[in-house]
Amino acid sequence: MHMIKLGINFLSSPLYSFTLFIVLFVLAMKRMDIVGTKKFGMGLLIFTLVVFAWMVSDPVFFSVISLPDNIPIIILNGLVFWSTWYALYKGNQNDIRIAAGEPPIEGTPENREKVWAWPNLVYTELFCIIACTIFLIVWAIFFKAPLEEPANPTWAPNPAKAPWYFLGLQEMLVYFDPWMAGVVLPVIIIIGLIAIPFIDTNPKGNGYYTFKERKFAISAFLFGWLALWVFLIQIGTFLRGPNWTFYGPFEFWDTHKVVAENNINLSEIMWIKLFGIALPKNIFVREVFGLIVTGLYLVASVPLITKKWGHKYQERMGTVRYYLMIFLILGMMSLPIKMYLRWFFNLKYILAMPEFELNL
Amino acid sequence: MSDEAKTSLNRREFFSFLAVGWITFGAATAGLASLIFRFTYPNVVFEPALDFIAGVPGDYAEGVDERWKNGFGVWIYKKDGRLVAMSNICTHLGCIPTWLPAESKFKCPCHGSGYYPNGINFEGPAPRPLERFKIFRNPEGKIVVDKTKVFRYEKGEWNSDGAFIDS
Ligand code: FES
Repeated sequence: MHMIKLGINFLSSPLYSFTLFIVLFVLAMKRMDIVGTKKFGMGLLIFTLVVFAWMVSDPVFFSVISLPDNIPIIILNGLVFWSTWYALYKGNQNDIRIAAGEPPIEGTPENREKVWAWPNLVYTELFCIIACTIFLIVWAIFFKAPLEEPANPTWAPNPAKAPWYFLGLQEMLVYFDPWMAGVVLPVIIIIGLIAIPFIDTNPKGNGYYTFKERKFAISAFLFGWLALWVFLIQIGTFLRGPNWTFYGPFEFWDTHKVVAENNINLSEIMWIKLFGIALPKNIFVREVFGLIVTGLYLVASVPLITKKWGHKYQERMGTVRYYLMIFLILGMMSLPIKMYLRWFFNLKYILAMPEFELNL
Repeated sequence: MSDEAKTSLNRREFFSFLAVGWITFGAATAGLASLIFRFTYPNVVFEPALDFIAGVPGDYAEGVDERWKNGFGVWIYKKDGRLVAMSNICTHLGCIPTWLPAESKFKCPCHGSGYYPNGINFEGPAPRPLERFKIFRNPEGKIVVDKTKVFRYEKGEWNSDGAFIDS
């Protein structure tokens, strides 16, 4: 038992758990015919519940998940799991029907019948409002908000954690400059989400569930949502302890856990480690490699992507929409790329110009 | 005038009522808005003074000294007799790092930036070293720390006048 726990602690470090998550995610997207079945959903649910029950029996793990702040995240996990799987399941069912030449379930004559918003929809909404209110009141009675000491601008709790829904963002900040992870990327995320209906004008999947017909759109969205947001919330919540150090799920939060880490910028790697000379004085000379890499990533990669894979999308979507999509995807991928660079090379910033508050 | 005539307003009366009504409504709204605006400012602010007297150099042992951290947000660091005053604000996103004497480093609780005792960043996402404040001796020989003047390492200011005192 002890060995298994140690193994889980080891595997849940961000590098391994994130990699594992991505591998599983890609597999799931590839084998939707398996994932989108009731058997798979039930099996996964039972497996997760059993593993979770076993983990909860560990006092350290229990002490972390039973914090009032962390309970919503457990609930969120259940809801995310359910809604994602259910949508994929319905999509899979329709895909099977479509492959057999039938219309999707939503398109059958008996389902095309329409009902009035009043009372059908309004009653449901009213019921949901009442249920939510009751839930929140019960919640407030059972889980008290903590009363802490008065705020002190010269002292911070350790670990200092954001509200749970922002912990993914806080985890993202570990790999980025505050300007990037706190301002630029969130703005791109919000604008990008708003822009989706204008960029994605493909009528397939309107009004019915499907996966096969919208493979790329669905997997790209789910990757950003599940791997880069929900999963990072898990890491930030359950696996980050004092000093924002990583702690495995069964690891005691020991404030004095020492992690050897020495992060360096790309400029230092190139000039000092590779060429063995001091950093040049002029910051543009110093950061020349960072400028090149950033330029390659943002500009030179675009025609390459287009040639290898994107041209069919470009024809279908039109040039402006296509380039906007590429830009959003490059922005999204900058996060996992930066995470791996940090894990493998201890790379702090590709482009480090603290003089201008510009660090990428 | 008959009673009947009094039950309805003529045009002029109507407009004067309308004007009074609108002015009252506007004034009430403006008053409420100004109250709300006022409410966004605290009644009392407990802000530590921006400069303070920090004893004499002999008070400090070599290494990091935490005595002004909670009151003023300043660490005094002494190395080979040279005193500097360091800001306790992380250069990443502005959290307050903790001084860990056992590991001999500052460690930020927010995203894990680490700093050497002299304030140079070496781990985590912090893009630059901790800032330093102006420190000088007043005519009585006492140390004064002035937080209004900041010295930044990446601008090469740590060796300028006022960034340190030698004892
Ligand atoms: S604020 Fe200190 S590490 Fe982010």
